[in-house]
Amino acid sequence: MIVITRVASGSVNRPYLTEPMKQTTQRTHLDELENQSIFIFREAYHAFKNIAMPWSMGKDSNVLIWLARKAFFGRVPFPVLHIDTTYEFPEMLEFREWAKKHHNLNLIVKINIEARERGIGYETHDPVTVTHELKTVALQQVLAEYKWDALITGIRRDEDPTRAKERYFSPRNAQFEWDYKDQPPEFWGQFATSSAKGEHVRVQPLLDWTEVDVWRYIQRENIPIPQMYFSRNGKRFRSLGCSPITHPIKSNASNIDEIIAELEATKVGERAGRAQDHYERNAMQKLRAKGFL
Amino acid sequence: MQKANVQRSTSNAQRPTQTDQRDVGIPLRIVFVGHVDHGKSTLIGRILHDTDSLPEGKIEMVKKACAAEGMEFEFAFVLDALLEEQKQNVTIDTTEIRFKTKRRKYIIIDAPGHKEFLKNMITGASRADAAVLVIAANEGVREQSRRHAYLLSLLGIKQLIVVVNKMDLADFSEEKFQEIEKEYRKFLAELGLEARVFVPASAKNGDNVASTSSPSDESVRMADKKMKWHRGPSVLEALDLLEPQSADVDLPLRFCVQDVYRFDERRIIAGRIETGKLRVGDELVFSPANKASKVQSIEEWGGNGDGEAVAGDSIGITLTEQIFVERGYVASHQTDTPIEANRVHADVFWIVREPMRSGRLYDLRLATQEVKCEIVSIDQVMDSSSLESTTEKREQLERNEVGRLTIQTRSPLVIDNHDRIPKLGRFVIVDDDQICGGGTIFGGVYTDRIVAKSKNIFWVEGKITAEARAARTGHRGAVVWFTGLSGAGKSTIAQALERELFARGMQTYVLDGDNIRHGLNSNLGFSPEDRVENIRRVSEVAKLMADSGVVAITAFISPYRMDRRRAREIVLEGNAEFVEVFVDAPLAVCEARDPKNLYKKARAGEIREFTGIDAPYEPPEDAEINVHTDRQTVNESVATILEGLLPRLKPEQADA
Repeated sequence: MIVITRVASGSVNRPYLTEPMKQTTQRTHLDELENQSIFIFREAYHAFKNIAMPWSMGKDSNVLIWLARKAFFGRVPFPVLHIDTTYEFPEMLEFREWAKKHHNLNLIVKINIEARERGIGYETHDPVTVTHELKTVALQQVLAEYKWDALITGIRRDEDPTRAKERYFSPRNAQFEWDYKDQPPEFWGQFATSSAKGEHVRVQPLLDWTEVDVWRYIQRENIPIPQMYFSRNGKRFRSLGCSPITHPIKSNASNIDEIIAELEATKVGERAGRAQDHYERNAMQKLRAKGFL
Repeated sequence: MQKANVQRSTSNAQRPTQTDQRDVGIPLRIVFVGHVDHGKSTLIGRILHDTDSLPEGKIEMVKKACAAEGMEFEFAFVLDALLEEQKQNVTIDTTEIRFKTKRRKYIIIDAPGHKEFLKNMITGASRADAAVLVIAANEGVREQSRRHAYLLSLLGIKQLIVVVNKMDLADFSEEKFQEIEKEYRKFLAELGLEARVFVPASAKNGDNVASTSSPSDESVRMADKKMKWHRGPSVLEALDLLEPQSADVDLPLRFCVQDVYRFDERRIIAGRIETGKLRVGDELVFSPANKASKVQSIEEWGGNGDGEAVAGDSIGITLTEQIFVERGYVASHQTDTPIEANRVHADVFWIVREPMRSGRLYDLRLATQEVKCEIVSIDQVMDSSSLESTTEKREQLERNEVGRLTIQTRSPLVIDNHDRIPKLGRFVIVDDDQICGGGTIFGGVYTDRIVAKSKNIFWVEGKITAEARAARTGHRGAVVWFTGLSGAGKSTIAQALERELFARGMQTYVLDGDNIRHGLNSNLGFSPEDRVENIRRVSEVAKLMADSGVVAITAFISPYRMDRRRAREIVLEGNAEFVEVFVDAPLAVCEARDPKNLYKKARAGEIREFTGIDAPYEPPEDAEINVHTDRQTVNESVATILEGLLPRLKPEQADA
């Protein structure tokens, strides 16, 4: 059974299109965001020799793939990285394999095998420890292996307070630390485009997008996303992570219009269903200071 | 007040689900500035309240907290509480708050922080379309009222609203308001700024903040009574009068090339249209090369575009003629081209601890261009906090200073004056890969190429190395060895290439029959032995030139593989690049061209041992670059050579 379906307005499932739909109306906020993101993609591709793009298969991640293909005329000209925690939803893995072919991706899958062999897992450890080991450490390992000098990430300012003050190009030192108190100035479309040995730069093309912008864009462009975002039996996932610690929210939103309407009414944060953020006070900030995306 | 709140939230719940035009439209980004304690936070808090943008229960929560502390409730606390939630342990230096009016969405860019104010203000405010400057009526124009306006002028933010706040503390006096307006307008005019409108208000009471047309808001009716004399708009109405800075589309075309992609058979020139429009079929001029070609297509993944792209679009185009284009080039229409200059006047602000020094080389980045530059002179310096200026002779620009500088660039820069086309009239200065400052270009442009006074920047002790030469010239020495039949186009292309390299500020020279045969090799004929010796001498001369840092271009038939191999060996003994270029055209084509009637003479037997007729030509098997002059124009051939050659001429990176 194929689980990936594109849900267009009015909840009608449509067959996949191989190419985006062309909009002819006058410039909108989405046009502005899209063009800015493409500009950032191309600046990054020029500035760095060795780029990779982490891909979680979540909605923002898939928007990134889409924007990359727009920036590079149908191609994603760098590897796409999935950090597989081994706690992935089977539906997501199925989507991964489908999307890999569909977008013709050079996919690298990384598992922190060493940590799993040590017995790190949600069954026995707290979520902050497991997330750190299976995501951040896994990322450090794969970064050391491939020596990427830039990572393109899908984080947005509106997602989380610690992400609000990010830059489009955000340097990380070899320990992955983010010096938020002394960030480089960024203006007039000029970015911090260098990284010393062992350092890398996080490139963040979706920084100015909001959760609703992402949904409107997925709708406008008809971007394939996993079906788990849509309501089944009165529940849907608003944000997707490891299966043991990601919980669906109560929702009857079964198409994008309904999701947008729901988001505009809600006062609950996007990542409320992500247990590792709430395990302890400021958990997200601690994770991010240690290099979590 | 509470009543009004309840009513609004009910009407919110009944909002129809169809798309609200305000959500799709482009939001206006505004920055709030003004002297400390003149009421910026209160005004923002008030605006958020009056536009129903606060989370449910927020006001009640803050009111309760105030009551518990025995403090009077203030709207500034609402903003503080909102930021507090956002910041947790992190000190936020720029963040965004959103609200909506009847007309559109707004994003407030908050740029607080007294430490490193200039750096943070620039990062935040440079993205703003407009600014709201707050002046307290009871205190009037103060130091920061002036300083912030100055920074706005520096950043080129021209849309400005001045809110004269705390009118309740000035008895809602029209006279006081006019006094402030008069004084401040005069100051703004000195900076070349003009406020759209001055609005008297009291953010604390909500007087004249929200729209006067919302009759449910009691405080607004009160304001009408208190400031009947005010005929202008309220603060929100004034905001709704502003426009996003998108007049960019009406300016002349400036398409800045980010990259040239060859993912498939297409050669796509990718970049962003900073200003103006571009259509399929348009004749474009690329600066600084000054080469023209037509837009063949606007490439778009999955697009069946309408053949037009406008300011703000990140696009890709293909050209009808494959001229050489690379990152940094700026395309325009022939009727309105930008300026090319090596020397510019600019107001430069400096934001890092290490000062900007005369005689030191910096990188200057303007749109996608990057060139080396240095200060020629510092003509005036202003302290961005005290606004005190000095014209005394200075050798450096310190942090938080703004200097009026003359800057010399190593290679030509494509620019516009900032007041005409802001996006091509501003740049950043980069040192050691760090953005250290920025500047705006003004006042016409010097096009003379008088080189700045030598400053011994590259003084080297002892033997001068190839690296030192490359550091000075910006490129490595090389021999570009053309080979091909007589009439294939070697000399024509060699000279066109020389002009291209020269225009880039590179050191280059063509060696050909004209300047070699008559002097150095005047004792040689055309026998096989003499031909070998001819090429050997040319190789040695080219090697010496390349070792001295020059890009030597040789244009000789050089028919024998062995001779060319030896030329390569000779050159590689030194520290220079050797690049073989096969200028390829079928014999029939060359013979048909026969520019010097040599083929005719050879066929007639008047010339003996003529290559291609009665002497062999051994085509290269692995030339670095091949051009086909039977199907490529001269420009296209030169473009092909530049693409292959320029990367090889880059000085070696110290860290590589």
